[in-house]
Amino acid sequence: MQVWHFSEMAYHPGWNELGNQLRNVIPSRVCDPKVAADLYHRYLDEWALCDELGLNIMTNEHHTTATCIDSVATIPMAILARETKKVRLLCLGMPIGNRMDAVRVAEEYSMLDVISRGRIEMGFVKGAPFEVTPANSNPATLMERFWEAHDLILKAMTTHDGPFNWEGKHFHYRQVNVWPRPYQQPHPPVWLTVNSPESAFVGGQKGYVIGVLNSGYQRTPGIFEAYRKGAADKRRTAGLDRLAYMAMVGVGRTREEGYRRADQVLDYSRTSRKVGAQFSFPPGYQSPQAYAQALQMPGYGSGVAMRNMTLRNGKQADVFKASVDEFIDAGICFAGTPDDVFDQMKAFYDHVGGFGHLLMMGQGGHITHEDTVDNLTLFSKEVMPRLSELG
Amino acid sequence: MEIVDVRGTPVEAHIAGSGSPLLYLHPEQLFDQTRPHIDALAQKWRVIAPRHPGFGTLAMPDGFRSVDDIAYLYLDLLQKLDLKDALVVGGSFGGWIALEMCVRNTNRIGKLALVSSVGVKFSGREERDFADLFYLSEEQLYATLMADPARWAPRFRELETAAVETIARERQATAFYGWKPYLHNPVLKRWLHRIDVPTLVIWGEQDRFAAPSYGRQLAEHIPNAELRMLPGAGHYPHIEQSAEVIKMIEAFASR
Repeated sequence: MQVWHFSEMAYHPGWNELGNQLRNVIPSRVCDPKVAADLYHRYLDEWALCDELGLNIMTNEHHTTATCIDSVATIPMAILARETKKVRLLCLGMPIGNRMDAVRVAEEYSMLDVISRGRIEMGFVKGAPFEVTPANSNPATLMERFWEAHDLILKAMTTHDGPFNWEGKHFHYRQVNVWPRPYQQPHPPVWLTVNSPESAFVGGQKGYVIGVLNSGYQRTPGIFEAYRKGAADKRRTAGLDRLAYMAMVGVGRTREEGYRRADQVLDYSRTSRKVGAQFSFPPGYQSPQAYAQALQMPGYGSGVAMRNMTLRNGKQADVFKASVDEFIDAGICFAGTPDDVFDQMKAFYDHVGGFGHLLMMGQGGHITHEDTVDNLTLFSKEVMPRLSELG
Repeated sequence: MEIVDVRGTPVEAHIAGSGSPLLYLHPEQLFDQTRPHIDALAQKWRVIAPRHPGFGTLAMPDGFRSVDDIAYLYLDLLQKLDLKDALVVGGSFGGWIALEMCVRNTNRIGKLALVSSVGVKFSGREERDFADLFYLSEEQLYATLMADPARWAPRFRELETAAVETIARERQATAFYGWKPYLHNPVLKRWLHRIDVPTLVIWGEQDRFAAPSYGRQLAEHIPNAELRMLPGAGHYPHIEQSAEVIKMIEAFASR
């Protein structure tokens, strides 16, 4: 199993002042650039440490939010491409339906791949619903733009005999000719994020790695199964190396210490949904049926509807109030001593039929730098060596 | 609703009443709440009320991308139904379609009535002429759109699922056509002088979505246009003051 350390680079010092809205509407005067500078350097130091610990690195991006000030995912990727030497660098990912210049994305990924000497893993994501507002990207045509960008980026990275023409529905270039060409041939591995069986099926058809985020005990098996069906549909076998699962992780020398760390990392789950309902359901992002269902949910508009988390027995818990034990029960968090974490991972792994990548949120929320370093170190030394026992 | 084949493109349309023809172009949302207004219009005119592509249950026609496409489709519809001297009535988004039709060709159009129409950009680059449909919460949204939101705002939890899905589909189609540029065609103002039919512009006095000053500018930019303000109405006067809107249109049409 490959393990990837992920942080959203939260600007947690602003959370109290901002209250119940942490996205889209928040004024940037709340962000002190001196504090932000310290945070960026700290998070980058934690990622740099991963190179010594043997943990791979994952970045992402969000916009207009205090939950994630990594607004350009390729910037930390670029710094780490130079600062690290061994581990792989995953960007999960690039919201290509929201990037108006797809060729520029091909250039960024190619350049990163060359600088890192072929250590880039290339994520293409639809992006969270609230991302269309900062990008002013039309949600009703997002997926057709996504797939056109996907086709164009891959063609741009794999065409090496001079310019080609692209006059599509959303992107127009007469002379596409990307320099440098990628270090990995024909191109870096492609990842997608997936949140439903339908999109997992498409991922399986294409043979890409899918990252499934916090989908827990209830939803993950169906998503992985749909991936295998998609692969079978194209007469492909889906190895475990095609399946990635993201969870929050808190490891300690004692159970209490591990739980305390997990509890702090879980501030990610408690804050990431502090967003107006209208930003979570931009029209066209979901099907009209799913959107209508949201409009009819009790609490729609007051945020209640988006706070649910499904426990292993199918019951709902409120993520704003849930305990670490409930997050563990839901399959969203692995926490405690190294033995606890291994046992919880094994139970989850067996339940979902296995996966080849753990996308580990080892930093999140208010957890301190010292605790993060110890969390990552303990995981790499005490848990990671045992992961081969999983199957 | 019947399906009219317009040069190979199926168009869903409500056709009712008798008398002189009235092409009714509905606003961006709340079609169910708009039906009583269409029925009332059909008491006086032969009403043809197409469901704009993407808003109803029919699949989006191949290659459709913008309001221009709807305008051409409806010009073809006028021809197909051999309508002459038609009165075109457009509300909000439907008004935008009507404007796009009229700057192209008014051969089959006798008069134009715009009810709180969108579609034209008058303000500067750092202002918006219309409140942001996609930024406001549901509560703020209907407070902006309606003079009396407590009475007229849809209550999603009390509606049938199918009715809420209709609204969801309408919003998706509105985003499709109007997300960027936002509910307007940047060059339309340049061509408004081509509208060569008598035009009535009706505006709700309590329109907080597109201010009455916008209606005034629209009327000023159309060569033969008059503006009528309507008290007790927000952005959807056809819902809040249906009878008054019809009275105004009738007086205008009979001149």
